[in-house]
Amino acid sequence: MNTEKIPVKVEEKLFQNRYRVDAGRPHISIINQDTCRVECTTQECTVCCPAGCYTTEGNGQVVLITDGCLECGTCRIICSTYRNVDWEYPRGGYGILFKFG
Amino acid sequence: MDEKFDAIVIGAGPSGNAAAYTMAKAGLKVLQIERGEYPGSKNVQGAILYSKALEEIIPDFRDDAPLERHLIEQQMWVLDDESYIGTTFRSAEFNQQPYNRYTIIRAQFDKWFSKRVQAAGALLVCETTVSNLIMDGKRVIGVQTDREGGAVYADIVVLADGVNSLLAKKAGFHAELEPKDVALAVKEIHFLPEETIQSRFNIGEGEGVVIEMAGKITQGMMGTGFLYTNKDSLTIGVGCMLSDFKQQKITPYMLLEQMKAHPAIKPLLAGGEMKEYTAHLIPEGGYKAMPQLYGEGWMIVGDAGMFVNAVHREGSNLAMTTGRYAAETVIALKEKQLPMTAANLAIYQGRLEDSFVMKDMKKYKNMPEIFHNNNHFFTTYPELLNRAAHTMLTVDGVDKKTKEREIRKSFKQRRSLFGLMGDAYKMWRAFE
Repeated sequence: MNTEKIPVKVEEKLFQNRYRVDAGRPHISIINQDTCRVECTTQECTVCCPAGCYTTEGNGQVVLITDGCLECGTCRIICSTYRNVDWEYPRGGYGILFKFG
Repeated sequence: MDEKFDAIVIGAGPSGNAAAYTMAKAGLKVLQIERGEYPGSKNVQGAILYSKALEEIIPDFRDDAPLERHLIEQQMWVLDDESYIGTTFRSAEFNQQPYNRYTIIRAQFDKWFSKRVQAAGALLVCETTVSNLIMDGKRVIGVQTDREGGAVYADIVVLADGVNSLLAKKAGFHAELEPKDVALAVKEIHFLPEETIQSRFNIGEGEGVVIEMAGKITQGMMGTGFLYTNKDSLTIGVGCMLSDFKQQKITPYMLLEQMKAHPAIKPLLAGGEMKEYTAHLIPEGGYKAMPQLYGEGWMIVGDAGMFVNAVHREGSNLAMTTGRYAAETVIALKEKQLPMTAANLAIYQGRLEDSFVMKDMKKYKNMPEIFHNNNHFFTTYPELLNRAAHTMLTVDGVDKKTKEREIRKSFKQRRSLFGLMGDAYKMWRAFE
């Protein structure tokens, strides 16, 4: 098909959404950074998170910023080998607030 | 909040609202807890509403429910890279009231449903996340919320907390979900003038169209795309098994963007203004992935219980129906002044088994595996079908018999005769 990839900025998509960010209290965290950096060679979270919350640094470290999180649960379930994601819902009233859903 | 309730319902989506409404209407003292700012603010769906399940709960829902368009036409597309071959079914019968299917916008619909729940007498608390179930031994006796002094107690807790079902998992009622048990769907809503949608889709005021899509748009993953017409917006999305995303390392929003650029899809969206991007998991593991659905003082309803029929795109109707059955179970036990023990709550399982809910779940129990191990259903066949149509429809001086032979040859080359027969058998087994 249109084999060349269409450039997409997920930030532009997320910009349309409404959030109430719980500043300084992320609802998801990586349990053990070394597991991602040393043991996990696939790091699917950095590819499959639909909000692009996970990125890889040059040294293989995975960085998680939850501000744009859509609270779908993908990262929680996709990390099935290491179960290295501590995943809670945001405090009541915080996080994504869908206008249309 | 030291009060004790007859029932606590966690979540205000279709299953939670159905459960809370049914119990409140019967006079039970019901507390419903929702983590969003308002019911619907955390909820995502395509969305098509099937009337029947809601009708059985709120027969007059059409009077004031926010419905977008009733569906008069269903299209199924099988897409190759630059083409599609499809079927269309349109009927004037679908234009006769009462209408059977509607497009809805969940944030609005859930808010409406919740107003009905509150009018029936349930107490709704929003902006409150339930962090844990409170147990007395094996028995659930209440919930712990993130509010100060946030413990609340009830005879029964109905878990309507959605696909991630964190509470039941934390309590050890079921294991963690596996990537093969869920589909990940991403979608966008694009706004366009009402008249533009009507002329573009050849429909009148209030009439709607559904397009379901399969083929190359999912890039070899097991899944489908969809396009729904709302009143003054279009919903476009794509969902595939999370195990496939994981294995093939595909980025969901790039998949959606590629799909939107397909030459058959792009013109339908032209000029629209994108106003929201959402992602959601759909519990598509089927019957074999279903958890235990009840126990001492608890029941699971809706997505949390894996109640989705992926083949027929049914979920919210199963959510409402299971919510109602759970509620009716509680009402029946309350009337007889019986405790909410697992033995007594088994009535719920019985109701499910006797109804279309479990009959359909069982009918398609092998479906997930069949498609999992046969990705060519989503790649090779769409390509072959589209090539066949292209060959037959191109007038180029080649006689039709030769064209037919070429098409047969292309199928055999790509799948072999045994492969084709095997696929036919698998499909027959799956739908039998």
